[in-house]
Amino acid sequence: MRVRRTFAKWLIILGVLHGTVVSAGFFAPYDPVEQDRKSPYLPPMRVHLMDVHGYLHVRPFVYSQRLQEGSFDQYEEDTREPHPVKFFLSGARYQLLGLLPCGMHFFGAENARIYLLGTDAYGRDQLSRLLFGGQVSLFAGLLGAGITLLIGLGIGAVAGYYGGWRDDLLMRVAELFLALPWLYLLFALRAFLPLAVSPLEAFFLIIAVIGAVGWARPARLVRGVVLSAKERDFVRAARGFGASNGYLLRRHILPETSSVLLTQAAILVPQYVLAEMTLSFLGLGVPEPVPSWGNLLSSLQQYSVLVSYWWMYLPALIMVPFFLGYLGLASSLQEREEAYKIQRSSLGSLT
Amino acid sequence: MRYLLRRLGHALFLLAGVSVLAFLFTALAPGNYFDEMRLNPQIRPETVAALRAQYGLDKSLPVRYASWLGSVIHGDMGFSFAYNSPVAPLLLVRARNTLLLAITAMLLAWAVALPLGVWSAERLGRLPDRLLSWGTAALLVIPDLALALGLLVLAVRSGWFPTGGMASVDFETLSPLNRLRDLALHMILPVTALVLSSLPLLIRHARAAVADVLNAPFLLAAVGHGIRRRTLLYRYALPAAANPLISLFGFSMGVLLSGSLLIEVVMSWPGLGPLLLEAILARDLYVVVGGILFSTLFLVGGNLLADFLLYWADPRIRTESSAP
Repeated sequence: MRVRRTFAKWLIILGVLHGTVVSAGFFAPYDPVEQDRKSPYLPPMRVHLMDVHGYLHVRPFVYSQRLQEGSFDQYEEDTREPHPVKFFLSGARYQLLGLLPCGMHFFGAENARIYLLGTDAYGRDQLSRLLFGGQVSLFAGLLGAGITLLIGLGIGAVAGYYGGWRDDLLMRVAELFLALPWLYLLFALRAFLPLAVSPLEAFFLIIAVIGAVGWARPARLVRGVVLSAKERDFVRAARGFGASNGYLLRRHILPETSSVLLTQAAILVPQYVLAEMTLSFLGLGVPEPVPSWGNLLSSLQQYSVLVSYWWMYLPALIMVPFFLGYLGLASSLQEREEAYKIQRSSLGSLT
Repeated sequence: MRYLLRRLGHALFLLAGVSVLAFLFTALAPGNYFDEMRLNPQIRPETVAALRAQYGLDKSLPVRYASWLGSVIHGDMGFSFAYNSPVAPLLLVRARNTLLLAITAMLLAWAVALPLGVWSAERLGRLPDRLLSWGTAALLVIPDLALALGLLVLAVRSGWFPTGGMASVDFETLSPLNRLRDLALHMILPVTALVLSSLPLLIRHARAAVADVLNAPFLLAAVGHGIRRRTLLYRYALPAAANPLISLFGFSMGVLLSGSLLIEVVMSWPGLGPLLLEAILARDLYVVVGGILFSTLFLVGGNLLADFLLYWADPRIRTESSAP
């Protein structure tokens, strides 16, 4: 019971995190590629409640920033006019969930631009880019994990169920894939695919590459489950009644692998999000101007950015809550698997 | 003995398999190094074709693989188009640097992880153990990339360590002792990043392995005999728990190599990582294949070493393999 509760807790946390990213258009104040060339590398704005004259405001507000005298990248707050933070106002058009055309934003300011996480070299809002970038990175991770699990399920099922030379061959290839350090393998696959492609092509290329890399471990786990499942009494009984291979796999054997697959998914998704980040960071992934968590960080490869504009580092930390959520989910799933195993073995001893 | 030979054969099989796999990937590649030249109107198409023929890129895949194998035997490992030199010397220098980083990091990580794991296993479920578990979990959820960049920011802001590269500009003029110091200073940042990123996994496994053993009857008996705590833990418990840890040792090599690829690029350490990245961007085919092969060699070597250690440490494996 306790295991189920922690499982639900992590699922809710992850749901909220993903929900925020999925509805990025609503939570982001601006369009992620909209440039504000007059304010490059603007530091994050402070949200005030008290203005320079010492008056307390009910509604939080920000001051817009202007260049300091004689500087090209140092800003100071323009304290002449406070810009109150407004909620649910209309702004840049976007498609909610990729379907509903919509214009309402969670927050923003009238007559001024509000940059809670600062801006990048082109004056693009970092918060908006971060939220929209999450759509790319998380989707890549989820879809990649889906592909890996499908491949792993297929290969593991064939190897475990049919056995013989198929098993030998497939498991040998799996060993090859396990023998390569996975980042090198990812590089190797990426190396031999076209470099200059459109963002959308690059995105699907990345997903395909990431998805194709990790199938060996799930395949081995699935094979193990299938091996033990096909010798269980009810499967033998079904076979005795004349069930076909396809029916047995579909109806009796593959459902047994669901808990293993679920745990693997919780482990793989953050790993794959990180893989996307790494590739994009190194310039092998999703190209500009489309934001992704990886290419948001790639400007940090220049020392000047690293030294002067600390807020450009913030996207690196965005993975932490997601990692935490997935780690919690994975460990609660593993606990559940253990509990299930113990339950089953104690039942087995009764009969 | 037969066990060791079997492991060695397995390692060779893996290396051969990976090289075939890498070549198969190259066949999937839509472009090659000389494609860029085709766009240049000053180079005649015949020249490009001649270059392709010179480097054997117009041959079929099995032929290319065979000639590449020949060049591996000669110690060349193919030819780098971008550097205009054989691949092996290029890779050897870079591989040495990567190994320097990875092995230092691995030794340090194990030196920290083992005592911490034992210490934590002894206090299983009590406050210090729980604190350590939280600590490792916290390290686990910080991505490598964020860790490396964060360390870099720290170093740049504080100015305590050199950031990037492997040697100072005046390295050649320094005395041997100062050279060593310079190298060590440059290694601090990447090694710290590598150690921190591999530490949580090692601590968790060490803790689990030792905790498993601590409940064993023979240790309870040893406690009953009044053997000193330290002797008990390190002389009796740790060797009994060594088996899974030695396997993990081989595995940690792979983790460190993947980690070091990224960290080398971020911290501009002249290892295999930056070379591989450059080669990918330039489509320098044989350098990519060589880099992948070298990384596999490290990993397979690490696993082989683990197998040898296991053979030496675990009598069960020795007796098992000597039986016909």
